[in-house]
Amino acid sequence: MNSSNGGSQAVRIEAVSKVFGEGEGRVVALDNVTVGIRQNEFFTLLGPSGCGKTTLLRLIAGFEHPTGGEILLEGADISALPPYARPVNTVFQSYALFPHMTVAQNIGFGLEMLGKPRAEIDRTVDDMLQLVKMTELKDRHTNQISGGQQQRVALARALAPHPKVLLLDEPLSALDLKLRKEMQIELKRLQNETGITFVFVTHDQEEALTMSDQIAVMNNGKILQVGAPRDIYDHPADRFVAQFIGETNFLTAELASRGKSGTQVKLPSGKSVAAALPADGRTQGLVTVVVRPEHARLTKVKSKAALTGTLENIVYFGTDTHYHLQLEDKTPFIVREQNQPDGQAPYREGDQLGIEIGADAVQVLRD
Amino acid sequence: MTEPVNSRMHKAAVNRWLLLAPALVILCFAASGPLLIVLVYSFLQPGDYGGVVWNFSIEAWFNVLFQEDIFDETVTFADAHLSIFWRSVRLSFGTTVMAFVIGFPTAYFIATRPKQQRDMWLLLIIIPFWTNLLIRTFAIMEVIRNEGVINSALLAAGVIDSPIQILFTDFAIMLGMLYVYLPLMVLPIYASMERLDFSIVEAGYDLYASRFKVLRRIILPLVKPGVIAGSILVFVPSLGAYVTPRVLGGGKNLMVGNLIELQFGQGRNWPLGSALAVTLLVIVMVALLFYVRVATKEDIKHG
Ligand SMILES: Nc1ncnc2c1ncn2[C@@H]1O[C@H](COP(=O)(O)OP(=O)(O)OP(=O)(O)O)[C@@H](O)[C@H]1O
Ligand SMILES: [Mg+2]
Repeated sequence: MNSSNGGSQAVRIEAVSKVFGEGEGRVVALDNVTVGIRQNEFFTLLGPSGCGKTTLLRLIAGFEHPTGGEILLEGADISALPPYARPVNTVFQSYALFPHMTVAQNIGFGLEMLGKPRAEIDRTVDDMLQLVKMTELKDRHTNQISGGQQQRVALARALAPHPKVLLLDEPLSALDLKLRKEMQIELKRLQNETGITFVFVTHDQEEALTMSDQIAVMNNGKILQVGAPRDIYDHPADRFVAQFIGETNFLTAELASRGKSGTQVKLPSGKSVAAALPADGRTQGLVTVVVRPEHARLTKVKSKAALTGTLENIVYFGTDTHYHLQLEDKTPFIVREQNQPDGQAPYREGDQLGIEIGADAVQVLRD
Repeated sequence: MTEPVNSRMHKAAVNRWLLLAPALVILCFAASGPLLIVLVYSFLQPGDYGGVVWNFSIEAWFNVLFQEDIFDETVTFADAHLSIFWRSVRLSFGTTVMAFVIGFPTAYFIATRPKQQRDMWLLLIIIPFWTNLLIRTFAIMEVIRNEGVINSALLAAGVIDSPIQILFTDFAIMLGMLYVYLPLMVLPIYASMERLDFSIVEAGYDLYASRFKVLRRIILPLVKPGVIAGSILVFVPSLGAYVTPRVLGGGKNLMVGNLIELQFGQGRNWPLGSALAVTLLVIVMVALLFYVRVATKEDIKHG
């Protein structure tokens, strides 16, 4: 992500801060955020409630103005432009459909405001109706259609003017699980078909992992890590990121020498294993490392294992089983193993077991 | 099983009527009663010193529209009455338009303040209501009369050489009514604006609508019920206004309210006053029906 190269980037957020209020009630919603969003990318902002996702989206849309920094759209600074002058459209969390207009009128509104000729508006509205499969309901009023249908109309309305960037603020959060899954697939399809850059906000990690090309994990007004879903999941650089996405084991380890086989860390058990370092982490001393439960295996042969512990609890999940262990230094450790068809539980509670850790499974945190 | 349910429902219905009773009694006696009396009076003959003589006559109704020359008994249109009615409608309409032009931005301003501040702004709008109407009207007189605040200031600043005649003009009457009835426009518009989901407004801006377009295409249609209610609340009492045109219009610029009062007072023609009052009522009702029809036409089409 080269900051000087704005060419292939649809959106560039450059050292943007947003502070609400003054004195006592001062809230830093965004704290010096820098991030680039590439063309035609499905980019997701993921983070807990109140971390500043909506604020960042509203800054891009132009509903709020940054207290510091710049926002570039295809290389041009748009910080000073009002929302109606930005070629960017929003799908609101509450949909915000115009209740006094029909479905078709809603979808055509943006084009009408852009002063497009009637024939072109009608054609695009028809295309959009087809794209979101709402042609039959085009003359209904927005209060006469279901939540999922409203969602589609909101999408079509925002896509109709063919914006350079589409902003989506938790667009699926009001839908039930089944509809949500359907719409996730639908959204991906729409993004592929239109080739528009999507900036998608969610606090649902699974949704982020399944849909995104790139994920930016946010907390407390900061972007902690940006990367592809696999990167974020397998190589979290930060304690918060590791904790927020998926389940994980934390261990304290000592950074050992960087040998021929890459960086080695010494685990509490005294064994050394290969580990991946974050780009800007420390290079010696005590660090925290994480191991995903499914990247570890249990073994009865303790001598060769990286860690040893007592099996305390077995939780059966159908496809897999979670083994809760306690290591010698009392830290908890979870191993997740795929269930085998023989139906026999291979271990018992109270067993002393070894834990093997797969290659590339240990990630050092930035701390 | 069915009987207890039925009797319970019956009891609920009885209770409902009991609860409604006070309101119904007041409506019957305080609203319909006097109205009926006025209607009856309009078909009687005037007494010599006011009051009515209980003889049926449609003379009063004849006099609303026509006048008979005392000497040659020729019948002509009652120009005076018609022009006063027309003036009243015009001034009330003007007042309503002005109240909308000023009240709409005011309501918008209040509705877009942070929640904690809105009550304070509303209070400021309502405070004038706590003062007596007559006192408020005289206060306006003090501001606009030839030796009043505005003219003195303009004279002192050298903008004008001689005072502008504002008092005792139609404009003065409208100004007075505007001042008195403005809250009745602001409050209903504010009420419907407060319910407005402002993300809809943002969606408008997001879809390339300028401020003006958002106002015309999104905000106005959505707060229309408030605008209709506010317009009715300003137009109706303006049409029957009595104190304001009397004080600010001087003796010469009458409105219907003054004309009616005249018949019950100096004119000593109660039946004519009653007939004029009923006419006013009919005009208001027709105007309202027409207005509501036009204003909600689109909704009916969609609804
Ligand atoms: N207009 C505002 N005035 C004051 N503070 C605000 C305003 N808008 C947002 N904030 C604050 O800024 C912080 C970030 O808010 P934001 O809405 O961006 O969070 P979010 O990540 O979208 O959360 P959620 O997942 O709950 O929607 C919060 O602490 C919020 O209280
Ligand atoms: Mg949000």
